[in-house]
Amino acid sequence: MNLIEPLGYVFFQHALIASVFSAIICGFIGAYIVARRMVFISGGITHASFGGMGLAYFFGFNYLLGAAIFALISALTVEYLSKRTEVREDSAIGMLWSLGMAIGIIFTFLTPGYAPNLMSALFGSILAVSNTELWLMAGLAVIIILFFVEFFPAILAVAFDIEYASTHHIPVNFINYSLISLIALAIVLNIRVSGIILVLAMMTIPPVTANLLTKRLKPMILLSIALGLAGNVLGLILSYLLNLPSGATIIVTHILIFGIIKLCKSVTKLTVHERIL
Amino acid sequence: MSNKLIEINDLSAGYYGKPVIHHIQLTVYEGDFIGIIGPNGGGKTTFLKTIAGIIKPLSGSLKFYSPEGGLIENPKLGYLPQVNTFDKSFPISVEEVVLTGLLSAEGRLSRFKASDKEKVRKVLERLNINHLALKPIGELSGGQMQRVFLARAIVSEPWILLLDEPSTYADNRFEAELYELLVQLNEKMTILMVSHDLGMIPSYIKSIACVNGTLHYHPTPEITPEILRVYNCPIELIAHGIVPHRVLSTHQENSSTDESY
Repeated sequence: MNLIEPLGYVFFQHALIASVFSAIICGFIGAYIVARRMVFISGGITHASFGGMGLAYFFGFNYLLGAAIFALISALTVEYLSKRTEVREDSAIGMLWSLGMAIGIIFTFLTPGYAPNLMSALFGSILAVSNTELWLMAGLAVIIILFFVEFFPAILAVAFDIEYASTHHIPVNFINYSLISLIALAIVLNIRVSGIILVLAMMTIPPVTANLLTKRLKPMILLSIALGLAGNVLGLILSYLLNLPSGATIIVTHILIFGIIKLCKSVTKLTVHERIL
Repeated sequence: MSNKLIEINDLSAGYYGKPVIHHIQLTVYEGDFIGIIGPNGGGKTTFLKTIAGIIKPLSGSLKFYSPEGGLIENPKLGYLPQVNTFDKSFPISVEEVVLTGLLSAEGRLSRFKASDKEKVRKVLERLNINHLALKPIGELSGGQMQRVFLARAIVSEPWILLLDEPSTYADNRFEAELYELLVQLNEKMTILMVSHDLGMIPSYIKSIACVNGTLHYHPTPEITPEILRVYNCPIELIAHGIVPHRVLSTHQENSSTDESY
């Protein structure tokens, strides 16, 4: 087994760099999604973006652009519907979820020939990340870091208790719409890494693991990044060694890390408990 | 005559364009301690949320003045919501919850200063919950949480304190403490308090507002069945006085509104 050898390949270097950016993006956005119980909304945005990919495939423009447009529109629609009207939020999400998939399937079907990008859209391919995609991920990571550094107390206040935040004249709508847009963009750029089916796991598993160890948002974000990075890199190496699909191996690695920490936690708790006894 | 802080004129408010309260007329002066009573569904909470800025008025005007006089857009408010519907597993500590009470549109939103933490420490000490500062909010008891939310409401030393059923989760000890504290706070802050505890409040409040579709203001703190009848305020009157008694007003004569809840 040679771990140095793959580092010589450009695609593997790209995959490693993508793992780092993905961990940063998913750490911030994922911790926020998990803390605010927005996993279902994120699932809706993810699947809606497939509609944009189908459209892009049919009309022959960049799939990322199509996905980003659909993701942003669905994210902003859900945010708007949930705050302004009596439409039940989860029903609205369910509708957008399947509508996006339906549009994607129709346009993929209408496009003549074999659809090679379909499998990569569904399951991701971190080993095929391009230079442009790396730059986009880097850009998004920087924007997310700046946004959280600049507005963290306001984000915390709005996420915890939006009504109270509005009594302090905090720009609640600005915070909400900015974050839902960042969530949409984070999802789209991570679809490249792990695909539509698995991207949600990249966003949720590390923060849930982090939440086992801390009950505050800020350390939860930092821990999510660290755990995300560990899982991504370890998963990537395992997928190389075992010759398995990278996206799926990364997810399984994240789950393994979660399981180990959960186990350690219950064991240490048990020890503390026994000492008290 | 003290300065007026809030001027409400022909105000209607509600949800999704449907008014719950209408034609509200009220002027609140500095130093007031108004007890807001009324039947369930009468719009007490809607009224408080409208003043707090959570609900936008559908019609009419709601104006704020600073204690120095002069119209102001963003008054310094402290708000204690009714039921704690927040997510108990949200990752936030007690200290952070109270710190959010210091955020404002005028101030920077990017980080809490050391002086903010000092203010939080003082208010937690005043409410005897300093030892809980670093605990996750979800691990507290109902009474402890209520103290934390009261701390968040008063930490910025607001001009106007809006309290929605502050004694809901309070244990007996805290309830007595709470009302003593409110009397102290009233020396510096104007208080509007929704309460069901009618037997308790007359000894603390200075005036009464009955909200039942609309608002009737009564400038003294006595609550008698007569007042409730005149103001069409069908609520149970329960007194904890030396002579416990209980007067139930009729529930047949319904509110002047046609909303159903």
